[in-house]
Amino acid sequence: MAGKTLYDKLWDDHLVKEREDGSSIIYIDRQLLHEVTSPQAFEGLRIANRKPWRVDANLATPDHNVPTTDRSEGVDGIVDNVSRIQVQTLDDNCDEFGVLEFKMNDQRQGIVHVVGPEQGATLPGMTVVCGDSHTSTHGAFGALAHGIGTSEVEHVLATQTLIQKKMKNMLVRVKGAVKEGITGKDIVLAIIGEIGTAGGTGYAIEFGGEAIANLSMEGRMTVCNMAIEAGARAGMIAVDQTTIDYVEGRTFAPKGSQWDLAVANWANLHSDDDAKFDKVIEIDGSKIQPQVTWGTSPEMVLPIDANIPNPESESDPVKRESIERALVYMDLKAGMAIKDIQLDSIFIGSCTNSRIEDMRAAAQVVKGKKIASSISQAMVVPGSGLIKAQAESEGLDKIFIDAGLEWREPGCSMCLAMNADKLESGKHCAATSNRNFEGRQGFGGRTHLVSPAMAAAAAIAGHFVDIREIEVSSSIES
Amino acid sequence: MKKFTELNGIVTPLDRANVDTDMIIPKQFLKSIKRTGFGQNLFDELRYMDEGQADQSCEGRPLNEEFVLNQSRYKGTSVLIARQNFGCGSSREHAPWALDDYGFRCVIAPSFADIFFNNCFKNGLLPIILSEENVDKLFTETFNNEGYEINIDLASQTITTPSGDVISFDIDAFRKHCLLNGLDEIGVTLDSEDDIKRYEVNRRLSAPWLFDAIKP
Repeated sequence: MAGKTLYDKLWDDHLVKEREDGSSIIYIDRQLLHEVTSPQAFEGLRIANRKPWRVDANLATPDHNVPTTDRSEGVDGIVDNVSRIQVQTLDDNCDEFGVLEFKMNDQRQGIVHVVGPEQGATLPGMTVVCGDSHTSTHGAFGALAHGIGTSEVEHVLATQTLIQKKMKNMLVRVKGAVKEGITGKDIVLAIIGEIGTAGGTGYAIEFGGEAIANLSMEGRMTVCNMAIEAGARAGMIAVDQTTIDYVEGRTFAPKGSQWDLAVANWANLHSDDDAKFDKVIEIDGSKIQPQVTWGTSPEMVLPIDANIPNPESESDPVKRESIERALVYMDLKAGMAIKDIQLDSIFIGSCTNSRIEDMRAAAQVVKGKKIASSISQAMVVPGSGLIKAQAESEGLDKIFIDAGLEWREPGCSMCLAMNADKLESGKHCAATSNRNFEGRQGFGGRTHLVSPAMAAAAAIAGHFVDIREIEVSSSIES
Repeated sequence: MKKFTELNGIVTPLDRANVDTDMIIPKQFLKSIKRTGFGQNLFDELRYMDEGQADQSCEGRPLNEEFVLNQSRYKGTSVLIARQNFGCGSSREHAPWALDDYGFRCVIAPSFADIFFNNCFKNGLLPIILSEENVDKLFTETFNNEGYEINIDLASQTITTPSGDVISFDIDAFRKHCLLNGLDEIGVTLDSEDDIKRYEVNRRLSAPWLFDAIKP
C-alpha cells in the first residue's frame, strides 16, 4: 500500500464517519471566531436553542472592525455605528455562551490568524477552522486548517464537526535555497503566478522542499496564508524542529508529560516518502526574485525587474479581457516597468505579514531614512498587542515613526478596510496583505502586493525598487 | 433551509472570470449582524456609480446602466451565468446571502472557488458546474434572445434550454438530498451524535492535550 500524504494522515485522524457518496463527518479540534462571520452563527444557536458542543475548543478576538488608532474609550469609542455593534455583538455572544475572547483592549487581542499560533491555540495535528478564508495560515503547523462560511461556523459550534468531502493532494516543492532578500511572501506570490488563482481549487496543498524547510514559522505562515489565493482552501507544511521550537512554552500548548506525548505524536506529521500526490509542482527556489503584483488578481504578479504585460500577446480571450480590465482599473500601461509604478500609500500589516519578523524586516529597511514626500499615507499595523509590545521593546516603533510611518494598534486594518483605515480612490498602495481585488483596500484603491521589506523600500523611494539593490541596516538596535 | 426542486428562470450573463467575493458583496456591507438585506448591495461597485455605504438606502443612487443587473431585459432573473473561478476570495457567506436576497437561485459557471461553492448549498442556492463549451453556449443564447429562460430540474440533474436542448450536471448525492428536502444540516449531523461522542472518547485517550486547554 502506498504511503500517506500529510493531508491523508490529518484527514484519517479526524474522520468520524464516511457516507456512501464520500461526504464525511470530520472532527474539528479548534475554532477561531471573530466579529464579522460569527453573529449569525450564534443567532442560529439561540433560535434552535442549541449550546456549543465544546466551549473549550473555541477562541475569539475582534479584528476586522477594530480601530487601529486611539482605543482609550473602548468599544463605545468606535465611531462607525455598524462596526461598533458588530464588535459589541461578539463580546456579548462570547459572554453569553462562555467562549474565551481576547477583547479589543486586551493585550492578547489581534488578528485571529496571528493570535491562534501566538497563544499555542493552534497546534500540530489539529483541525482548525474559522469563518475566514485565511485560516489556511495555520497549516504551517502541520495542521489541517481552512476557512468556512457562517453556516459552518454554526455547524462547528453545535456539533464540533463539519461535513466535508476529501480534497485531492497537491505538492508544491520549492527546490533549492532562495537568494538573500527573498521571503516567504515572494515564494508564495511566485507560486500563485505559476499555478494561477484557481490552480489549487479542489486540492489541499502541501508546501515542501529546501526553500520551505529553511523558512521560520513566520515565513511558513505567510506561505500557507496565501494558499487560498492559489485556490486551495488548505495549505500545509510538515512538522519539524522549527515547528516544535515555536510551539513550546506557549500559553495553550501542552506542558510536562503531555508535551512529551504530543511531540512524540507530531513526529508522524509529514508525508511518507512513498506518498502519492495527485499533482506535483516544482519550482526552482534559487530563481525566485522579489515579487510585485501589478493587476487586480494575485496571479497578476511579476518579478521586480519585469514589465507590465501586453494584453495583445495573450492568446486566451478570457485572460486577455482580464488583463485589459486590470490595466484600466489600475491605470497602468502595457510594457511599463514595474519599478516605474509611483506609489501614494504604504500598508505594512495583515494576517499575511504582521508578525515580529515582518516588523523587523521593514524596520531594517527604513532605519535612519525618511519616506518619500510623494507618499501621503504610510502605516505599520502589528498583528497583535503582544507583537506590538515586542516591537516596542526592540525600539521598532521609534524607527518607523522617525522615518515618517504611523505605528498603529493591532487589527486587519487596511487589508480590507472594514474599519476606518481606507485606501483613497485612485491611489496606488504597496501592501503586505494578500488580495489586490478591485476596491479591496478602499473604493477605487489600487493595491500592489509585496513583502514587508519591499513595501518599506518602496516607502523610501516612492516607487518600487529591488530590495537586493538597496542598503539595509544590519542592526535594528537603536 | 429553503428547498430547491425545480426552477424556470431568466438568465443573467455576467461575462467575467474570477468574480471574487469582494465584487459580489463589498466589505462595508459585512458589518450587518443579520442574514438578510444584502440584495440591494449585490455587485455594489459594478452596479452603482458611487461608493456604497452600509445602512444607506440605495434608492436614488446613480446606476451603471451598462451593468447587466441594471438592464430591463434581465428583470426578474433567478439564474446567473459567469466564467471560471466564480466566488474566489474570502469565505464570506454574505456572498450567497446577497445572491439569494436579490432573487438568484442558481449560479452556473465552468468552475467555482471551493468555499463559495460550499456556502451556496447551505442557503438553498444551487451552483452548477458545466463545461466551458456549454457555458459558452448559454452565454451566446442569452445574449441573442431577450427573456431567455431555462429550466433546471434538480431531481433529474438537467438543464433544459428554450430550444429543448438538455444539459446534464453532476451534484453530490448528499447535497442533492439536502437541497431537495430543504434539510437543516446541523440536524442531520446530530443524527450521528453517538458517532461523534465515540470519536471524542477515543481522541481524548490518544491526544489528551487537545482538550480543556482553553478555559474561559
